[in-house]
Amino acid sequence: MTDKHDTHEGLSRRKVLECMTWVGTGVLWTVAGGVPRSLGLVGEANAQAAGALTFLQISDSHVGFDKPANPNALGTLEEAINKVKALPAKPSFMIHTGDITHLSKVSEFDDAERIISQARLDVHYVPGEHDVLDDGVKLYGERYGRGTKGAGWYSFDANGVHFVGLVNVVDLKAGGLGNLGNDQLEWLDNDLKARSASTPIVVFAHIPLWAVYPQWGWGTDDGERVLGFLKRFGSVTVLNGHIHQIIQKVEGNVTFHTARSTAFPQPAPGSAPSPGPMKVDDAKLRSVLGTASINFMPGQQRLAIVDTPLQG
Amino acid sequence: MKKNHRLAAICAGLLQLAFVELAILAPLPAGAESASTAITEVKIDNFTFAPQRVTVKVGTTVTWINEDDIPHAIAATGKSFRSKVLDTEDKYSFTFTTAGVFEYFCSLHPHMTGTIVVETTAGGGAAQ
Repeated sequence: MTDKHDTHEGLSRRKVLECMTWVGTGVLWTVAGGVPRSLGLVGEANAQAAGALTFLQISDSHVGFDKPANPNALGTLEEAINKVKALPAKPSFMIHTGDITHLSKVSEFDDAERIISQARLDVHYVPGEHDVLDDGVKLYGERYGRGTKGAGWYSFDANGVHFVGLVNVVDLKAGGLGNLGNDQLEWLDNDLKARSASTPIVVFAHIPLWAVYPQWGWGTDDGERVLGFLKRFGSVTVLNGHIHQIIQKVEGNVTFHTARSTAFPQPAPGSAPSPGPMKVDDAKLRSVLGTASINFMPGQQRLAIVDTPLQG
Repeated sequence: MKKNHRLAAICAGLLQLAFVELAILAPLPAGAESASTAITEVKIDNFTFAPQRVTVKVGTTVTWINEDDIPHAIAATGKSFRSKVLDTEDKYSFTFTTAGVFEYFCSLHPHMTGTIVVETTAGGGAAQ
């Protein structure tokens, strides 16, 4: 397990049990009033608790990628979707945190749609930098931009949870990181102002909104301003992709989490000369690719996130 | 009138002289230039531009080659040039016709930056 835990100061019983929610075994542990309890499989949890919500995160499909790190990225996306289809209980919807395609080609968008639609779930997308490479950045907007603002940002509500999809991959500045821009930040400020502090908030975007590793561009220049808007909320979950590995951090009421890719892994921050695709043994590839399932229980501050690899 | 004619004749003579001089001298500086602008290729490798800073003469064509397994794209900070996305082994060339310092970056991974310094040819006027 490659999960990184930045906030576990000591190993209390509670911390150990909380930690178990992250290991991807398919068993969910929740902490209610300090008493941990097992909820069984992800799907059962959804069926059991009234008002609970389970949704999936899929990221970095890179349809069209065919380099040594994974010569068949479309194939592993299909494997991921087949696992989604086989879940014992249907999740409410799916979010895709960008890099749907590798080179923003029409054929890549078509292939991605053909496979992902087989899950028969609503999918809420945000673009990655690989999805906005065509002239005039038309293809992503035509397919996924309906009802969104600017370069594709939007919000929606589900089961009392407020979801915000942000775009931090366009109009990038020389020497900089991910970028949201003033128009989007202004919109976000107004969007969040209308919510009560007790509303659970889920923010998702492609590039991590916090500084994971700026030396490799893994962060968002104006991400701090988003975190400023989110300070007054009691439950905030920030879901990102881009770095093709699980990294998480809890800071106050905010849980940050990045999902695995379904296409290829990338090295841990600073562990390689560059963040380029990492070639692992063929037998190991499916253990470092996967999706995430996120479970919300009313009254529970932190959402439980379970990362499930394609294999192992 | 007479003065004007004489001036015109002198000017024409000078112009002729200049042409002759150009014809004789031209091959020399041209040869010297190509030697000083040997590096016109920038490799993109491990999310860096190599060399990161290149100095060339006006008129030089610089070619970028992507040797990474991930696409990159070249964008001038001052917007004077911009490539389409470059997949693995793809190339992009731009001819620098004016002198100056041209900063650029990768529009997908903006932490990747580079500089092309374009100098005027010897004896030519400053074209800043």
